[in-house]
Amino acid sequence: MDALTAGLRVPLRAFDVDLTLEVEGTVALVGPSGAGKSTVLRAVAGLVRPAAGRVALGGDVWFDERTWLRPDERPIGMTFQQYALFPHLTVRQNVAFGARGEVEGLLDRFGLARLAGTRPGSLSGGEQQRVALARALARRPRLLLLDEPLAALDAHTRATVRAELREVLRSSGLPTLLVTHDFEDAASLADLVGVVVEGRLRQLASPSDLVARPADAFVGSLTGANLLRGLAGPSAGGLTELRLDGGGVVYSTDVLEGTGAAVVYPWDVTLARTAPDDSAQNHVAADVGSVSRIGNRVRVSVGPLTAEVTAESAERLAVREGERLVATWKATATRLVAL
Amino acid sequence: MRRVAFFALVLAATLTTLGFLVLPVVAIFTHVSPVTLARQLSNPVVDDALVVSAKTTFLAQALVLLLGTPTAYLLASRRFRGRSLVVTAIELPLVLPPAVAGIGLLVAFGRMGLLHTSIPFTQTAVTLAVAFVSGPLYVRAAIAAFEAVDPALVDAARTLGAGPARTFFRVALPLAGGGLAAGEALAFARGLGEFGATIMFAGSLQHVTQTLPLAIYAAFDVDFDVTLAIGGVLVLVSAAILVALKLATSWTLSLQASGFRFAPSTST
Repeated sequence: MDALTAGLRVPLRAFDVDLTLEVEGTVALVGPSGAGKSTVLRAVAGLVRPAAGRVALGGDVWFDERTWLRPDERPIGMTFQQYALFPHLTVRQNVAFGARGEVEGLLDRFGLARLAGTRPGSLSGGEQQRVALARALARRPRLLLLDEPLAALDAHTRATVRAELREVLRSSGLPTLLVTHDFEDAASLADLVGVVVEGRLRQLASPSDLVARPADAFVGSLTGANLLRGLAGPSAGGLTELRLDGGGVVYSTDVLEGTGAAVVYPWDVTLARTAPDDSAQNHVAADVGSVSRIGNRVRVSVGPLTAEVTAESAERLAVREGERLVATWKATATRLVAL
Repeated sequence: MRRVAFFALVLAATLTTLGFLVLPVVAIFTHVSPVTLARQLSNPVVDDALVVSAKTTFLAQALVLLLGTPTAYLLASRRFRGRSLVVTAIELPLVLPPAVAGIGLLVAFGRMGLLHTSIPFTQTAVTLAVAFVSGPLYVRAAIAAFEAVDPALVDAARTLGAGPARTFFRVALPLAGGGLAAGEALAFARGLGEFGATIMFAGSLQHVTQTLPLAIYAAFDVDFDVTLAIGGVLVLVSAAILVALKLATSWTLSLQASGFRFAPSTST
């Protein structure tokens, strides 16, 4: 698969969007609303013309000083925040709108065959999302652009759709650039997460690196949670146990079966030299990977997990890289999401 | 007690309004029996006026639709300097007194006018007068209809490989269709009733430039039955237009209501 390389400068009213990106696999841009994330997508799609820069997929240049391809000339599949399904066309006609291949197979694959004759207005949010994806993929694109793919969904649907979307991204194998304001969505969908603030890329790293070593306090506050992937199943006492992909078990009061992830906030994790004898169910003993100070707090990565403690506590524990520590947190502070 | 009195006042006002507005229409039909109306339809004056009105209305509205629709689309989808000036210029004929419109057309297209044509007092002049006074109504409604199309749908069409023309015909036009139809119904009704500009610019020559409203005026002193018969015909046509307008509007609303609406989380 070809990689997308994009260097863009787009002047907006309050600031310029100015960043450089390379997209292989799935890259998510996160940031507060109004940070210019969607503008990046629109510029890559050709819906907005940058003032300067270069956009290319593999060896094909879409934009530079001499070249400008219109959006309909770029091999992209894009989905929009509210899905932007054509309300006057049926599901089948929506998917067929830009289709290069046969449509029925896609409708089947996305579980839309039964709904093919209905108009989008009567569909649920999750169904609309599937139509939008099927419509984008029907064009046989070489690049996927997803604008807030999960924002229009309620919390309940969101987890299911997120899992579906992950599977679609994995099986399509297309380079994907997606935009979200939610770090958990970004972390669960993307290989690399870029934090965008006022049009600039503050940090681009893997989700766990972002949690463990945020470049600054803002990135630290935005990249909420640890995401530990594994296989969930029932355990004693009505709890759920998640067998982590990297070894170890995490307990949660949430109910889940199958592949999923535990979401643990760094500030819910305490650190100690030895496993404490307390009510907390979850203990991970591992070597300290990194120690990053953000203001009066310190982020300490212990094995797969990052804890956030006060600078004072870190000093008292004499936390240093390579030393063995025990990270502890409660089963009640462990959210489970399906993946 | 006071509540009853208030309600009685509101009811009385409503009934008076209704009576005042309906009475003249009812009066036309009580003065001309269906038999007379049918017989007058074969009167050559009425016949000629019907043909002139039908021909000129059809041509004028074709002109309005073919030129007004692209104009409205451009003005709705582009932002440029002087745009509001252009829109105001297009809307000006709406507020212009029809007689002034007629004089304007005369000095623009007359032999002594800016363009030196021989159009005045021909059937083409009727068509132009009707297009001039009814066109702005359509363009105004059409701009609003195109502006109401969600820009994300246009963007989506472009990213799905549709060029500007395909996007217009497959997305913008069908979605604005209800609003366009409603605007056209209003323009049609306004054009059909056109009097002032037509009589100034085209005169009132039977079989050539005498439309239904002009025939009403011409027959007024001669044969009151003809006047009433034409009046009856115009009432029926107008009522049909109104019904069409309501249908077009409700169709647009139902289409908009079917679109997915959710508490938007904005990001740029």
